[in-house]
Amino acid sequence: MSTTVYYDGTWQGLLTAIFEDYEYRLQSCIIVKSGTAVTQSLFGRTHQVYTDKKKALRVKNGLLKNVGKVALQELYCAFLSEKEGIEVLILRVVQYYMAGEKSVHSNYAHEDVLQIKKIHKSVMRERHRFKAFVRFRESTDGIFLALIEPDFNVLPLISTHFKDRYADQLWIIYDVKRQYGLHYDKSTVREIVFDKSIDVKQLEAVCSTEEQLYDRLWKRYFQSTNIVERKNTKLHVQHVPKRYWKYLNEKEG
Amino acid sequence: MQAERIQEKLEILADAAKYDVSCSSSGSNRKNTKRGLGNTGAGICHTYTEDGRCVSLLKILLTNHCIFDCAYCVSRRSNDIKRAAFTVQEVVDLTINFYRRNYIEGLFLSSGIFKDADFTMERLVLVAKKLRQEHHFNGYIHLKTIPGASDELLYEAGLYADRLSVNLEIPTESGLKLLAPEKNRKDMDEPMDYLKGEIVRTKEEKKIIKSTPKFAPAGQSTQMIIGAADETDRHIIQTANHYYATYQLKRVYYSGYIPISHDKRLPGIGAAVPAIRENRLYQTDWLMRFYGFRHDEVLDEQHPNLDLDIDPKLSWALRHLDQFPVDINKSPYELIVRVPGIGVTSAKKIVAARKFGKLRLEHLQKIGVSLNKVRYFIICEGFLPLKSDKPAVLLKQYILAESQSKYQKALSSQLSLF
Ligand code: SF4
Repeated sequence: MSTTVYYDGTWQGLLTAIFEDYEYRLQSCIIVKSGTAVTQSLFGRTHQVYTDKKKALRVKNGLLKNVGKVALQELYCAFLSEKEGIEVLILRVVQYYMAGEKSVHSNYAHEDVLQIKKIHKSVMRERHRFKAFVRFRESTDGIFLALIEPDFNVLPLISTHFKDRYADQLWIIYDVKRQYGLHYDKSTVREIVFDKSIDVKQLEAVCSTEEQLYDRLWKRYFQSTNIVERKNTKLHVQHVPKRYWKYLNEKEG
Repeated sequence: MQAERIQEKLEILADAAKYDVSCSSSGSNRKNTKRGLGNTGAGICHTYTEDGRCVSLLKILLTNHCIFDCAYCVSRRSNDIKRAAFTVQEVVDLTINFYRRNYIEGLFLSSGIFKDADFTMERLVLVAKKLRQEHHFNGYIHLKTIPGASDELLYEAGLYADRLSVNLEIPTESGLKLLAPEKNRKDMDEPMDYLKGEIVRTKEEKKIIKSTPKFAPAGQSTQMIIGAADETDRHIIQTANHYYATYQLKRVYYSGYIPISHDKRLPGIGAAVPAIRENRLYQTDWLMRFYGFRHDEVLDEQHPNLDLDIDPKLSWALRHLDQFPVDINKSPYELIVRVPGIGVTSAKKIVAARKFGKLRLEHLQKIGVSLNKVRYFIICEGFLPLKSDKPAVLLKQYILAESQSKYQKALSSQLSLF
């Protein structure tokens, strides 16, 4: 009989769910974050997962042994896509990985594996974009603040990059859509949640005069480096899709 | 007031620098040491200009004053334009502040030549030195090498910069003589030769002594302007090949000439930028660097110019139909990667996936190969190539008819200008 599985929405939680699917032979057909409304089939069972680090670790180690680090990271990235149904897809692929011989994860002809690779690719593209499309503004108290609204939950994937790069400055990158951010205090990165929602206008209000100067200089630079004779708006928008413009100061009027 | 002057300078000196198309920030991996600022290796484009080019570096001239008079250059001394010059400190401040806001990967500093080569080079080096030593800056630095600068200065430049470049600008020596009679190829070759020697030497030393300081870890590059003189594509690619081989350049850039002058020796103002030709040259360059093609396979005496309506790989394949079809399930990687429509990534995936079973057309599609071109050139499980008995001209017609080539569209709009 098929089961609807509820978990806490975390990666550890999903790994636990995958373990329990095997442990209790659940035949999970839907795995969703607790609180999500789903249409229950009349005869289906439900199962509540409580995140268990030990169980999660066993799945992780099993994957590491069978398919290695790269394939595991692919699954994690796919998870961060937050796409509907991603949990069950990951479950199926894990089952395939655990049953098969080695290096099955390079089987590009397998439907589910291919699907994971595709999603992984788009998450990685988003990650790469958000190494680029973060714009810090320096506040009067010397913190460099940036707001983002990525399609996928990429903050965990860009944290190290920003920590390494801006090791000597205080910074916050805040995901407005998901209502949480990263705060770096020159030694560690921590997750933070603002108690009020925040927008660009509020950011501007706390900016230093120096910030205004460099903001203007950057906008001027962006205009001056353009070659009018080569104008190619289509290509431009392809590289910097409009949905990202909101937080890019060079794209402000 | 001060702020306004800086803005004006930035406008003038960014505008004058924009014709250098290189904006690469890769090829180096400087770590952020001792909690300094920045690192390199990520190769990030922070934004794109409205003409669709990547903006990765703050690309400016130190000054657009110049004692030379190269016809193809906006900064030439006979050109009546606004002139400006940054101080060393101004460039340092701009770089650091842009970098801290995550606008850029680093600095690309070039300059007109004021007074003489050494005087100019010294200031470029000073900017890089200050960034590295005073600001512990580990972001990317690309410096222009000024032909005629002393070896000591070049050496210092190599210690601080990730990449160094001398632009050849005009692909042929005759063209250079015509458009920039004060310059000659030899002056450009000398610094490249010296730097190549130092780069190789440092690499060797580093193998033995780990602490050997980096020396221009992202190597050297150059740029050629396309369509200012009357060179053929074969000239250009031969020159590129020569410089890749002799000076171990990391990149050669091709920059379609943008008309900036009424000089009779040059295409007039309003002439179209040869964007498609430029693109075909880049494709050829890639074929040489990543696909295992020799330069004289792509262009030779009979074919001195690249086709504009089809890409150089397809063009090569149509001239060498005897080498096809390629068997997707059996042929070595080297041949698979030569199939029109199959890129390096797809070729690698094919070789990986065929271990699990014979590949069919639908597998290729799933891997991301578009069948439009491919199906004339391959065999795979359950599939024989289409119309393989037809002559090349016909195949080309079939392929073109099916692909609404964006270049074709662009091409017709470009041609309609005449
Ligand atoms: S030397 Fe360089 S800056 Fe001066 S005119 Fe020639 S190309 Fe332009």
